[in-house]
Amino acid sequence: MKTLLLAATLSLVSTTALAEAGSGKQLYSIYCTQCHGVAGDGKGINAAQMAVQPRDHTDTKEMSARTDEELFKVIEHGGKSINKSVLMPPWGDNLNDDEIHALVGHLRELCCQKN
Amino acid sequence: MTKGIPVKLRLTLGIAAVLAVGVPLAVHADTAADVKQQCGSCHALDHDYAKAAKHERAERKAPPLDYAGNKFRREWLYSWLQNPVRLRLAGVFPPAHAKASADGDVVDTATLAKHPALDAAQAGKVADYLMTLTPFDALIAAETYQPGSIAQRMGQMNFGKFKGCDGCHQDAPDKGGVSGPELYTAWQRLQPAFISAYITQPAAWDPHTMMPVGDANAAAVHKLANYLKLIGEKQP
Repeated sequence: MKTLLLAATLSLVSTTALAEAGSGKQLYSIYCTQCHGVAGDGKGINAAQMAVQPRDHTDTKEMSARTDEELFKVIEHGGKSINKSVLMPPWGDNLNDDEIHALVGHLRELCCQKN
Repeated sequence: MTKGIPVKLRLTLGIAAVLAVGVPLAVHADTAADVKQQCGSCHALDHDYAKAAKHERAERKAPPLDYAGNKFRREWLYSWLQNPVRLRLAGVFPPAHAKASADGDVVDTATLAKHPALDAAQAGKVADYLMTLTPFDALIAAETYQPGSIAQRMGQMNFGKFKGCDGCHQDAPDKGGVSGPELYTAWQRLQPAFISAYITQPAAWDPHTMMPVGDANAAAVHKLANYLKLIGEKQP
């Protein structure tokens, strides 16, 4: 009974944390689409002026080569942290861990869950 | 309803009512109430948005003005309010104004609202009022930035290649990203201490800002501010 109660509590905490984090899709719209595009294809409104083109998040092959940990790291600490472009900024002061996890989840949907 | 009111007073009230239809901001005694009424539907005038969920960012129609007195230069506000030109080419929330095209996303300019222009008297009153909104005096007081100089080439490389600011901001017309406000007139419109304080810690001003924090230390931030000074002072 105690185990059940603990599991239920943990599940509630987890659900609350996710709800507070908001959906990855919403966060992607707010923070990422300017460069990565409304469709996630790397063709955002800023892209035309950029020396290095933003990653196409719909590219299954490219994105599959990145682990979730790498994606988390690059969102939190920026492109420089994985020897990529400084044009990818560090979002660690704007997004908490739950929000970054939600974003990583959305990236996986964009790249790898095509119909 | 007007039966008990003398004819003369009724006439006076009638004229006043007619005049009130196109009431310029300046005729109101209480500028604070006018600003709230005229500007409050698009601009936040208090810091309540900071307590809301992050997604409130998507609902904004205009930048918050609750700390305008810590942010802007009064003379710039006075001038801009009379001749408002767009500073954010993609609006205050760019995703709301981006649309896909064959060549990549473009800004849907038809969705961008124009800021109304005020006459000189109105602009003066509004600018004076906005300059009283200074909730972040402590952040400004803690700032150590002293305006200095930087070579054009070094400043430009720092802004672009080294820090990546040009991903979102323009440092010259048509040069740089469009999701952030253009920065070639930033020096004219913003207080130097605000520039430095905001680059250092944007979320301290606006917790839902779309401005990231780089790995810049104080010296690097001051270098960026000096570049904004350099390019801003070259603007007409």
